[in-house]
Amino acid sequence: MDHFIHYAPFTGWVYPNETVIEWSVAIVVYPYITGLVAGAFTVSSLYQVFGFQRLKPVAHLALLTSLCFMFFVPLPLLLHLGHPERAVNNLLTPHVTSAMAMFGYFASFYIVLLLVETWFAFRPHIVEQAQKRTGLLGTFYRVLTLGSYDLSEKALRYDKKWIFWLAIAGIPGAHGLHGYVGFVFGSLKSREWWSSDLMPAVFLFSAIISGVALLIVLYVVSCLLRRIPIDLGCLKGLAYTVWGFIMVALLLEGLEFANIIYKGREGVEMIVEYVSGPLLIPYFILQFAVGAILPLLLLSYMIWRGTTGRALIVGVTFSACLVLLSVFMMRWNVVIGGQEISKTGKGLLTYHLQVLGKEGLIVAILLVVAPLITLLGISRLLPPWEESTAPSSSPAHAGAR
Amino acid sequence: MPTPDYDWTQHRWAFGVDATKCIGCLRCVEACKRENDVPLTAHHFRTWVERYVYLEGEERPRIDSHHDPVNIAASGSEKEYRFANRYKDAKVEKAFFVPKLCNHCTHPACVQVCPVGATYKTPDGVVLIDHKYCIGCRYCVQACPYGARYFIEEKGVSDKCTWCYHRITKGLQPACVEVCPVGARIFGDLNEKQSPISQFIRNNRVQVLKPETGNAPNVFYVGIDREVN
Repeated sequence: MDHFIHYAPFTGWVYPNETVIEWSVAIVVYPYITGLVAGAFTVSSLYQVFGFQRLKPVAHLALLTSLCFMFFVPLPLLLHLGHPERAVNNLLTPHVTSAMAMFGYFASFYIVLLLVETWFAFRPHIVEQAQKRTGLLGTFYRVLTLGSYDLSEKALRYDKKWIFWLAIAGIPGAHGLHGYVGFVFGSLKSREWWSSDLMPAVFLFSAIISGVALLIVLYVVSCLLRRIPIDLGCLKGLAYTVWGFIMVALLLEGLEFANIIYKGREGVEMIVEYVSGPLLIPYFILQFAVGAILPLLLLSYMIWRGTTGRALIVGVTFSACLVLLSVFMMRWNVVIGGQEISKTGKGLLTYHLQVLGKEGLIVAILLVVAPLITLLGISRLLPPWEESTAPSSSPAHAGAR
Repeated sequence: MPTPDYDWTQHRWAFGVDATKCIGCLRCVEACKRENDVPLTAHHFRTWVERYVYLEGEERPRIDSHHDPVNIAASGSEKEYRFANRYKDAKVEKAFFVPKLCNHCTHPACVQVCPVGATYKTPDGVVLIDHKYCIGCRYCVQACPYGARYFIEEKGVSDKCTWCYHRITKGLQPACVEVCPVGARIFGDLNEKQSPISQFIRNNRVQVLKPETGNAPNVFYVGIDREVN
């Protein structure tokens, strides 16, 4: 087993047990995909709850994206656990003082909520397909109807009410789930880099921008694949959302860093040495400059100039890709960065990313790609496109049972 | 495991370290590794010894321990532990050794964060880990401010010093205390006024590591300076 343990090289003084960096890239991916879940759900809620009509074309796509990523949220954790078969202990005997203990409940509640909301949102399509199709696929849709074939106006009104309230419940659910991830790190007093009251808010707002950015990319790519025109109003709506939230995210992240430096507690010299050395490119260049300030400036310019058409599509999609990179780097810099600064405050370690193994690069990439492939598959069965999900009011369906 | 007649409500264990006595022989480290089946590497320790050396003209000490490549090279193996004689030609102003181990805190951060309660504080003041219940999330490893915990890859669980609970509940001393040739490690029951640890705390001006964490450690130090944390 020895060859699986990789000792981290260090400089200065670090505790002997710290030379094995315990939280790997899997723990970087975990908050990243949890954030995408929360962010995508935000987009869905902006339409369902707050009535942002511009976002209607992506409302269902947002819901499905959130669901598909949520399916994979526990996976990096299970891959990381020394005893994944005991993970259920987290639900059976949660230790209530632990920030991590509530994860199972939060995640279970949220996944059920997403499933129910998705079912209501896609019920018209499910019923339509159940009546139209035969064979295995027909049976699949008939099972999915759960015996409810009523598409009358009254029934659809009832569905909408459910969607509305589930979306309302989902807002604290999704954001609580992710804010809590921030608390898992921020509540630890052992590391100056993590120990921050702002951490939950930092995680939350970066999650929102990552989810909206993902939706931009998915929407543009899906339109290109389906060879349909991109709704520029919708794209602008998403761009405004990213633009608004990115400022809050930047402000919070900047404040957090400023707090560490300004308070200048013991060990701050090591943090300064770290951020101006090994973390210069991942933190200042990739996370802040390229990933956050550049898209903010680009989006601001486009809003100011009233850019439209192809230039808007390219500019917004490019900005969204940068935001996705920035948020990934933020997760990396928190999880790995925190462990590269020794608890002694007198030394630095270097994490070496493994390529193979259950916590290696390949698995990490698969963990991010797998929800997208799942989304591709599910979108075939439950098309999230506007025309497919529009409630049918044809007499053939109304009142059918 | 404790003997059947052991009553954990009748004891309040604590540990003392007299750094002025430690000679850095590392018999404690060797004994601990063997007594507790600690992985024989230079990266997993229930107890370790740190060396602080102030050279002439330098404001900050040079600190090293068993994971330092120079010390590994000096011992010739990661399974044996020795301090390299690296300062023989240097002008040393001040130097001392500091034994380290789990602080068995009164308010242990590791216990607070364990999501399943696999790590817990016993009524006699010892922080233990139930290896049969630990899920191997390593949150406790992250939460400990002292770097006292490590993860055993082969067993998939976290591990740390138990003050040799299997020994102290039978009336024996922890292995590291037993083998220390100079009495730098002191162990005993705070409930007994004449126990070695009660006398150590009463007769010395003791301090704990990182008191600002609020963890309230139960390993008391004599003879360390501000650079030790």
